[in-house]
Amino acid sequence: MSLSNEQVGRLARLARLAVSDDAIDATRAQLDDILALVAQMRAIDTNGIEPMSHPQELAARLREDAVTETDRRAAFQAIAPHAEAGLYLVPKVIE
Amino acid sequence: MNNAPLFDAPIAVLRHALDTKAISSVELATLFLDRIEALDPALNAFITVEHERTLAEARAADTRIARNEAGPLTGIPLAHKDVFCTEGMLTTCASKMLANFAAPYDAHVVALLKRAGAVSLGKTNMDEFAMGSSSETSYFGPARNPWKTGHVPGGSSGGSAAAVAARLAPIATGTDTGGSVRQPASFCGVTGIKPTYGLVSRYGLIAYASSLDQGGAFGASAEDCALLLAGMTGFDARDSTSLDRPPEDYAAALAVPPADAARPLAGLVIGLPREFFGDGMSGDIRAAVDAALVQYRTLGAMTREVDLPNARLAIPAYYVIAMAEASSNLSRFDGVRYGHRAAEFADLADMYCKSRGEGFGAEVQRRILIGTYVLSHGYYDAYYLQAQKLRRLIAGDFRRALGECDLIASPASPVTAWPLGAMRNDPVQMYLADIYTTPVNLAGLPGISHPCGFDASGLPVGLQLIGDYFSETRLLTAAHRFQQATDWHLRRPALAA
Repeated sequence: MSLSNEQVGRLARLARLAVSDDAIDATRAQLDDILALVAQMRAIDTNGIEPMSHPQELAARLREDAVTETDRRAAFQAIAPHAEAGLYLVPKVIE
Repeated sequence: MNNAPLFDAPIAVLRHALDTKAISSVELATLFLDRIEALDPALNAFITVEHERTLAEARAADTRIARNEAGPLTGIPLAHKDVFCTEGMLTTCASKMLANFAAPYDAHVVALLKRAGAVSLGKTNMDEFAMGSSSETSYFGPARNPWKTGHVPGGSSGGSAAAVAARLAPIATGTDTGGSVRQPASFCGVTGIKPTYGLVSRYGLIAYASSLDQGGAFGASAEDCALLLAGMTGFDARDSTSLDRPPEDYAAALAVPPADAARPLAGLVIGLPREFFGDGMSGDIRAAVDAALVQYRTLGAMTREVDLPNARLAIPAYYVIAMAEASSNLSRFDGVRYGHRAAEFADLADMYCKSRGEGFGAEVQRRILIGTYVLSHGYYDAYYLQAQKLRRLIAGDFRRALGECDLIASPASPVTAWPLGAMRNDPVQMYLADIYTTPVNLAGLPGISHPCGFDASGLPVGLQLIGDYFSETRLLTAAHRFQQATDWHLRRPALAA
């Protein structure tokens, strides 16, 4: 199977990636190649096999409900593209 | 004790030189900084080197040594793959997205090694976000193979492997999601170990595929890897998959003399997967691997055939799982809290799309798009869930095979280092070369690659050994006995003289 340019555009929107119109044909061709590679596994009968999400399959570890982090807001915001008065600045969302 | 120049000396020799004050840590660090300055322009193995920071760490190490408070790694220079966060220093992941990112904290691995007094020489080049097998997708230009600078060093930890091979650093950290320590180790003629998943904390390791990512160690020998790996492991509550295990002194285990000096590996059974020794491996690699197996038998090991019937499905299963996890992990790069933000945009959604479109390179974008596809409605069961089921089948294959043998041997890669650019436009061709390494990550098992010869053009070949969970000591011991009897690990590229 192969993807359409519309499908690639939809994936790009879902992934929040700007893919230019110039690049879409090349991107689609490469994605098709990758999907063709992974297609061979689809035919394997895996009925009754439990999915394995993690090599050790351990239960999540619990810890005390206690504050372990210190306040490092200034250090974290120092590396933000645009922060002011302790806030991350983004384009206006609500008109 | 050893006649090699200090830049080519084993860590144990450097330790002795530091402890006897034959050399200071500052002098040792300066020796390697000078080598980086002289040789790295031809290799591009490093992304960031900060002399003053390195020398400050070396001075602190000298103080500890003077007080007789040195541990095994105090004053020993090393390099970190640029995927590990280093506080106050650039951590770029070889991406435009993080080209100006000075991490606000140290990765657990970095903190452990700092606490041990190891001296960081800098951050090494890699594939962007560790996605690749050649270290060519770096925003800072490709790293190069010291054996032939027109060839790739492998990847994704190619800069670390190249740095150790060219003796720009005695040891280096790396990460291995689908072979990113073992394959570059084989391409560059050094030793590299990926431990059991969960042994090395992923805290501060910029995530690619969380259920596969694992820190690992590069050195010129299994002995050097043993010292570095011991310094990297340890429980960390900040990584939910970190395993709480008693620390192991790998180097001490290697130092125990074997019962039978002539046959130090007597009793060891090495399994040879039929599926790995069929077609698909180049003749030169076949010859080098066969010769290594003869050597292992001479050392007392027995070999027998084993089966990994589902191993051929590892490539598709691996790439589906890795890309799915990558698309999720890399959603954090939104141009808001850190990383690249586009200069112009219409609104918030446009800012996300442009920042990510500009910040990520082509291979990273491909993997995010495929990952988004296999997780999307209507495709999840057919791809992602199916891949996770195959993952269990592959892990089961290893469990059965390792019931019939102690270690499994294979080449680390079906090919030696390819010329720069040879696979640039054919990602799928490059994915297929990960056939021997990806199954190990899917199962979460430890693996090591050590040099075992060269191809006809003089490029190194690596042998991979795979062990059961927590068999790092056994892996390192086998490689060490091999290296005590051979000199492949002592060969150096002409450039490293």
